[in-house]
Amino acid sequence: MSSGEVRGVLTTCITLGIAVGVFAISFGVAAVAAGATVAQTCVMSLLVFTGASQFSAVSVVRDGGSIGSALGGALLLAARNAVFGLTMSPRIKGRLGTRLVAAQLTIDESTAMATAQADPRLQRIAFWSTGASIYVFWNIGTLIGALVGDAVDPSTFGLDAALPAAFVAMLFPHLHTRRGRRAAFIGAALCAATIPVLPIGVPILCASMGIIVGMPPDPDDSDAGVEHEAGLPA
Amino acid sequence: MTWGLVLGLAAGAYLFKVLGMVVIGGRTIPPAVDRCLALVPAALIAAIVVKDTFSIGQHMHVDARLAGVTAAVIAAWRKAPVVIVILVAAGVTAALRSING
Repeated sequence: MSSGEVRGVLTTCITLGIAVGVFAISFGVAAVAAGATVAQTCVMSLLVFTGASQFSAVSVVRDGGSIGSALGGALLLAARNAVFGLTMSPRIKGRLGTRLVAAQLTIDESTAMATAQADPRLQRIAFWSTGASIYVFWNIGTLIGALVGDAVDPSTFGLDAALPAAFVAMLFPHLHTRRGRRAAFIGAALCAATIPVLPIGVPILCASMGIIVGMPPDPDDSDAGVEHEAGLPA
Repeated sequence: MTWGLVLGLAAGAYLFKVLGMVVIGGRTIPPAVDRCLALVPAALIAAIVVKDTFSIGQHMHVDARLAGVTAAVIAAWRKAPVVIVILVAAGVTAALRSING
């Protein structure tokens, strides 16, 4: 592990952090537009700290869905952080306290950055610095977005379209594998079919049936666990 | 938005993270479960895009959002940065609304 390698990792995490910070601004705007207060929006980013889940909860609440359906969809999206934690667990040394902090920073980007390094010490540096960088920028961006969203009428500037656009940006990296595309197609079709007949928010839960395409082993698709082209706290 | 949802989601999301990192850390999970969990974002996010583009509540409804989201899809497809994808969608939606008065 050279100092050049460390510098390279640190530069990447700052760049990643800034990109995620800009994305967080759109979350802040969307949350306030959906009726959250500035305080609720900021506490959500501080405590939940997993982007796709936060966006999903806001989207269901804005439509008038129940707390249960908002929570259900958001938690389904949060479940894969358990898999990331499993991946990172043997690599994170330290006492229980350290591991409880590491758990909060276990998201797509920190896992992807860490597993991309060969040297175990560099893996730890990558995990902690990426997690910390994204935590800081995600929360600064959320605050800025919430304050902006609170000050202007979002629909005037088309900011209400920022929410689906953010989801589009989050979706694309998952379409690089055949399985990802199949799961996305089934999810979209199930949602469209059930919107008129099921309570608001529940079609999103039905869409999770799309994951069954992951059941059979497929040697052609190596889409395990981590999305390396992340760049989003999806 | 209620504080109950904010705190419930915070607790649930953290529980999943702790479950992997601390509770079952070191053990392995069945590969099929791993593969399926990796597909959750693809299935759910695609569903949310459909919902946000074509419906209001329980009704299918098309308006200026469709143009904004279509522009976002094109931008994302052309590998534009996230910021550009979001700004393009907002710009197209706002422009269409101002034309329609």
